[in-house]
Amino acid sequence: MLNRTLIKDLYMEVRMFNVRAIVAALVSIVLICMLLLRLFQLQIIEHAHFDTLSDNNRVRLMSSAPNRGLIYDRNGMIIAENRPTFSLDITPEEVKDIDVTLQQLADIITISERDIKQFKKALRRHKPFQGITLRSNLTESEVAVLAVNRHRFPGVDFKTKLTRFYPMGSSAVHVLGYVGRIDEKELQRVDSSQYTGSSPIGKVGIERYYEKELHGKVGYRKVEVNVQGRVLRVLEETPPEPGKDLILSIDARLQKIAEKAMGDNSGALVAIEPDSGEILAMVSMPLYDPNLFVHGISRKAYSALQKSGERPQFNRALSGQYPPGSIMKPFIGLGGLDSGHVGAHEDIFCEGYYLLPNEERKYRDWKKTGHLDTTMKKALAESCDVYFYQLAYRMGIDRIFSFLDLFGFGKKTAVDSTGERSGLLPSREWKKKTKKTIWYPGETLITGIGQGYMLATPLQMASATATLAKYGLRKQPHLLRAMRDKLTAETINNPVPEHKPVVINSKRQWKQIISGMKEVVHGQGGTARSIGYDLTYKMAGKTGTAQVFGIAQDAEYDEENLAKKLRDHALFTAFAPIKNPKIALTVIVENGGSGGKVAAPIAKQVIDSYLHNNYEQ
Amino acid sequence: MYTDNLDSQNTGRLKLLQSMHIDAPLLLALLLLTACGLGVLYSAGNQNIDLIIRQSTRLALAFGVMILMAQIPSQNFKLWAPWIFLLGIILLALVLILGDVGKGAQRWLDFGFVRFQPSEMMKLAAPMMVAWYFADRPLPPRFKHLIVALLLVIIPTMLIAKQPDLGTSLLIAAAGFFVIYFAGLKWRLIGSFGLLMGALTPVVWHYMHDYQRQRVLTFLNPENDPLGAGYHIIQSKIAIGSGGLYGKGWLNGTQSHLDFLPERSTDFIFAVLSEEFGFIGVIILLALYFFIVMRGLVIASRAQDSFGRLLAGSLSLTFLVYLFVNVGMVSGLLPVVGVPLPLVSYGGTSMVTLMAGFGMLMSINSHRRLLRK
Repeated sequence: MLNRTLIKDLYMEVRMFNVRAIVAALVSIVLICMLLLRLFQLQIIEHAHFDTLSDNNRVRLMSSAPNRGLIYDRNGMIIAENRPTFSLDITPEEVKDIDVTLQQLADIITISERDIKQFKKALRRHKPFQGITLRSNLTESEVAVLAVNRHRFPGVDFKTKLTRFYPMGSSAVHVLGYVGRIDEKELQRVDSSQYTGSSPIGKVGIERYYEKELHGKVGYRKVEVNVQGRVLRVLEETPPEPGKDLILSIDARLQKIAEKAMGDNSGALVAIEPDSGEILAMVSMPLYDPNLFVHGISRKAYSALQKSGERPQFNRALSGQYPPGSIMKPFIGLGGLDSGHVGAHEDIFCEGYYLLPNEERKYRDWKKTGHLDTTMKKALAESCDVYFYQLAYRMGIDRIFSFLDLFGFGKKTAVDSTGERSGLLPSREWKKKTKKTIWYPGETLITGIGQGYMLATPLQMASATATLAKYGLRKQPHLLRAMRDKLTAETINNPVPEHKPVVINSKRQWKQIISGMKEVVHGQGGTARSIGYDLTYKMAGKTGTAQVFGIAQDAEYDEENLAKKLRDHALFTAFAPIKNPKIALTVIVENGGSGGKVAAPIAKQVIDSYLHNNYEQ
Repeated sequence: MYTDNLDSQNTGRLKLLQSMHIDAPLLLALLLLTACGLGVLYSAGNQNIDLIIRQSTRLALAFGVMILMAQIPSQNFKLWAPWIFLLGIILLALVLILGDVGKGAQRWLDFGFVRFQPSEMMKLAAPMMVAWYFADRPLPPRFKHLIVALLLVIIPTMLIAKQPDLGTSLLIAAAGFFVIYFAGLKWRLIGSFGLLMGALTPVVWHYMHDYQRQRVLTFLNPENDPLGAGYHIIQSKIAIGSGGLYGKGWLNGTQSHLDFLPERSTDFIFAVLSEEFGFIGVIILLALYFFIVMRGLVIASRAQDSFGRLLAGSLSLTFLVYLFVNVGMVSGLLPVVGVPLPLVSYGGTSMVTLMAGFGMLMSINSHRRLLRK
């Protein structure tokens, strides 16, 4: 037994070893082939997949925001611009001792406890090569002080960002609108890829309507980053395309005059150049400061805006729908002349009220004693209600509707801004559809003096007045005159759609109506004669007083004792000079009372300024 | 007493190498491999010349150790084997009692002037011991000898696994097992052993550390944890895969140079090579390794005694296992088990051990007793 264990068969051992070595070599080949197969799979078969993953690792697309287009008024005055705002950034890895640096910075500029707290918080989250903002909105003097001391602070840098600024403050705010931070809803509405580099987007007004043109095209930089996200080099660059500059039809000087003339009143004013339809001024009162919204409005400031009760953000010029009142009389009158329901020199007797056949209800004139024998001219000058009750009764609602429709009442003007409303031009069909009842003859009467169901926006009234001034020439009211491309330095005029003119039987009838409107301002009995004395030009106008609530039969109307909120709206629409109209405008003063006393003087100031080219305040 | 190898007396230079007991083909392959390794390391280390100088110094030292080992007749290794093994076991025990803790594992002994990793020594000592045990016994071994040999393998394996250093303990187990295999372990037993290992897997799982389990889980599905434990593997696969056929070019690997690839100078250096030199580079590198393994097996089959044969065979196959485990891990075939790419990864200890092993191979090849014809 012992013997057997000690005997070694060397020959057999070597042979066995060699067999095993060959097996081992074969296994080695198999193992190497397994590795090669695996690597073949990764490097050849799945190469494209991993190549993409590798690029995804290292290549980042960074957006560079385009500069927003500027906005100018018709005289080239800048009314919306981009201003650099400075912030102070610290790059931690370049600063030796952050606490000492903060201390030294606090010696030369104001840094609050809160700034430092927020900075320290951010310091923990950020990579050391990423700049962290210590202070934003540096003042100019702070920037100057820092610039002088810059050598003392390595790793401390200014960051400049262009932000929207409205140099006129609240002036023309309802024309311009404002920009603010883009929100979720807007991101879904627009091409969100264009907003990757920046947050401002036009929220209302011109800023919103021409957002696409103003915004420009976002630029991209393809950069290579390392695992921490540090940018190592730029692989590819597409520079951003700046937005187009807008040149508006607004005259900023006239706009300011108009805003000042409106005083503390709530209301609206729209002035149009009748030859072109260009809106010269568009005021809605009260105003508010659009600059508040650019950086995101504070909750306090916002609730103050909301609580004022006057809804400053509501653009009365486009969205405010008012009963137009006597403003409608020239249009009804023209319709009556055109259809032959009344002659220009025909007298209609006014005894202070009007009775419909077989009805007891009295339709009262504003003048209790009546206007007695009244022609068209006198009816317009004195704003006789009974005359127009009679005329409306003769014409009937259907003819009134189709004639006023020619001037664009009851339809949006399609002005290039946001929030426009259509007003309301009532008809038999409309009433059947919405009120489910038939049209009553009494309703025709009050439509004849612009009351009842009828509603119009200040813009509609101004536009219709411009059409009247130009004997039926209808121009699309618009705010944009031209666009300028910064890259090509090309200015493209705004292509304004054409409208069919209002055509009536005889040109003389335009003149007859306008002469009535001239009497309003220049005549002895004109409702706006108080503004006519010192005019150096001839103005055609029409006052209006829109009832806020109905006055009961036989009740006395005591203006003084009525709460201001319940007082009538004062309206005035006018154009001048009569011979070659340069400006047409409509003013509405909410709860202003009488159109002749309150609204007409405002219109006079604005037209005076414009025609005399005198904008001194 | 000794004579040169008879079949290669072509040039004077070869003669000189032979007189120094150096095997020319093996030396050439090792030099080529380490030179390639330095090139890849230069790129992986972001062209840090200090890193290259340090690695070159280590390589010089390792080649020195190899030449030194080649001078020692293999009979001496056989004589010293039990004592080296015993010393290794004692040192391993010491490590467990008072070793330095590094990266959550005790691997180092600090003698003040030098830090020493006894597990490295065991990589050579374990196969030497098993070879010594079989050397004078008739082969194939009998069952009780097999049990003793298995114990000789299991003891150091367990001690190292306890540190815990799963990678090294597996390599040592493999080295010991290869000796047993070459000694003539019955095929049937190898088969049953494989089955036993399969059955033991749940038991092993139970005794594993959390981080070891995590590695296995991550290996099975790296995409499950892309930012945590799976990150290494995902980034490594991206580096390899994006290399394609020709690679991105030397120094142009984006995964490595932009820091996406972790441990790229050490355990994951193969991914750097794959990214920059592509499938072509990979084939060349694997061919070099394959040549070295084959040369080792040739040397083993020509060895004169059992001890030399068994040791040489085991060392050659262990070298292949190193390669397989590392490349398998980097390419996502195997779990992450901290095994460096032999002779290429940055780091000293394992390189010296490996080259000492190649020195032994050369010694086995060159110190021959004259055979009575």
